[in-house]
Amino acid sequence: MLNYDIVVIGGGPAGMAAAIKAKECGVDSILILERAETLGGILEQCIHTGFGLHYFGEELSGPEYAARFIKIVNEKNIEYKVDTMALQITGDNKVYAVNKTDGLIEIQAKAIILAMGCRERPRGALNTPGTRASGVMTAGTAQKYVNIDGYMPGKKIVILGSGDIGLIMARRMTLEGAKVQCVCELMPYSSGLTRNIVQCLNDFDIPLYLSCTVIDIKGKDRVEGVVIADVGPDRKPIPGTERLIECDTLMLSCGLIPENELTREVGIELDNVTSGAVVDENRQTSQKGVFACGNVLHVHDLVDYVTLESQTAGEGAANYVLGNVREPDYITTKGVNGVRYIVPQKIDLKNEGDVKLYFRVGNTYKNASIVVKYNGAEIIRRKRPRLAPGEMENVVIKNDVLKTFSHDGTIEIGVEE
Amino acid sequence: MTKNITCVACPMGCGITVEIADNGEILSVTGNTCKRGDAYARTECTHPERSLATTVRVDNGMTNVVPCKSATALPKEKIFDCMKVINTARASAPVKIGDVLVENILDTGVNIVATNDCPVK
Repeated sequence: MLNYDIVVIGGGPAGMAAAIKAKECGVDSILILERAETLGGILEQCIHTGFGLHYFGEELSGPEYAARFIKIVNEKNIEYKVDTMALQITGDNKVYAVNKTDGLIEIQAKAIILAMGCRERPRGALNTPGTRASGVMTAGTAQKYVNIDGYMPGKKIVILGSGDIGLIMARRMTLEGAKVQCVCELMPYSSGLTRNIVQCLNDFDIPLYLSCTVIDIKGKDRVEGVVIADVGPDRKPIPGTERLIECDTLMLSCGLIPENELTREVGIELDNVTSGAVVDENRQTSQKGVFACGNVLHVHDLVDYVTLESQTAGEGAANYVLGNVREPDYITTKGVNGVRYIVPQKIDLKNEGDVKLYFRVGNTYKNASIVVKYNGAEIIRRKRPRLAPGEMENVVIKNDVLKTFSHDGTIEIGVEE
Repeated sequence: MTKNITCVACPMGCGITVEIADNGEILSVTGNTCKRGDAYARTECTHPERSLATTVRVDNGMTNVVPCKSATALPKEKIFDCMKVINTARASAPVKIGDVLVENILDTGVNIVATNDCPVK
């Protein structure tokens, strides 16, 4: 059996930032486990630019953003195993993993950082009717085919879902000579960033149909077309609005699901809305010494925020290993009035610093206010010209404010129009 | 006349209003929340530019292609012509991040540079 102070599961932006931070905080014995052949995670296939504006103050491509962290991991001699699949974590913080050279690996860790990321919602989870013709794939799969493997998965494309990956792929396929017929979005708004609608769709005159979905997939061996239809407020297709769109490929960009099989199996408490673990401000889960960060905790829209959150988790894990911990006195956080979720879900009142709360709204708002209340009393009010489900918001609870709270209270964040 | 555009300089996506005189002179830029937004709006209304990210074929590499980008923004109307040039280019492994893969593409003064390493197979 191997022994490490900290085992990090996942070598993407979250895992690398957490490992680096833990090392900087004085923990030397760290191991990163990565399923793919290289560190970097999904950034390796996100070749478009737009990463790092907040964190580095410059606009990088995904591989460039990852490369900066891979370099630090190497410089700091942080150990990692690639091509290695974590199979299980246990209640006493053991990790089981497997790879081709070591076989089955058993690792006793003092702390574990969960950084497994997320995966795309597949066709099966959407229950889209139609034939089983080839040519139906998630946008991320298509992105790997084009950007890593170097071949085109189709010539005439329909994209279902207007998440950022779908929008990015609409542009990517168009640049490579494919015809993107349209992007269909079930909701009356896009979940992608506005700038991606402008620079990925509008720039190329690709239509975006809101309140519209795919109701049938046609074709025997290969997709030959899809039937789309408008949907009403109940998100059900409106009879009479069906039309056939010719295409050989249907790409799905219908949401991301945190990959929490390991978390669920060991019995760590999960949040029904985020599909990630319930954590405190150090990103510690309900199992002592197990921390979570990045898209496995909740889906982020910007990798910059993943990095910051993961540094918090890395520091938390380091403090745990180094014994700088105390018995917590938790208060809870709760989204109300249009706020779908808040991370962290609980805050230790004995915390010595400010606490940043990240949250998402469930609808679009113009000129609304974000109102933070503690046990019903307003403590913060912030005006926002625009709020959208695709854009994560945050507020900071200053430590002097936190110190006025008594235990068993609740912080609520809501939207007021 | 006034033009309403969405800034693509960063993920904030600010809505910007640009007032343009009949002679094409930009009279005012409002709605942006930073300097980059002002610059973007002025460029967008006079000579729109976009950065380009794509891939270049690699011989003998661990992967078939290496990702690349335009070192700075390119004239928007030349994007598809640039793609044609880049799609005929070939790199030879090993490629290092930052390597120039196409120099001064279509005389724009802009280089196409690798955005990842590609080791030898």
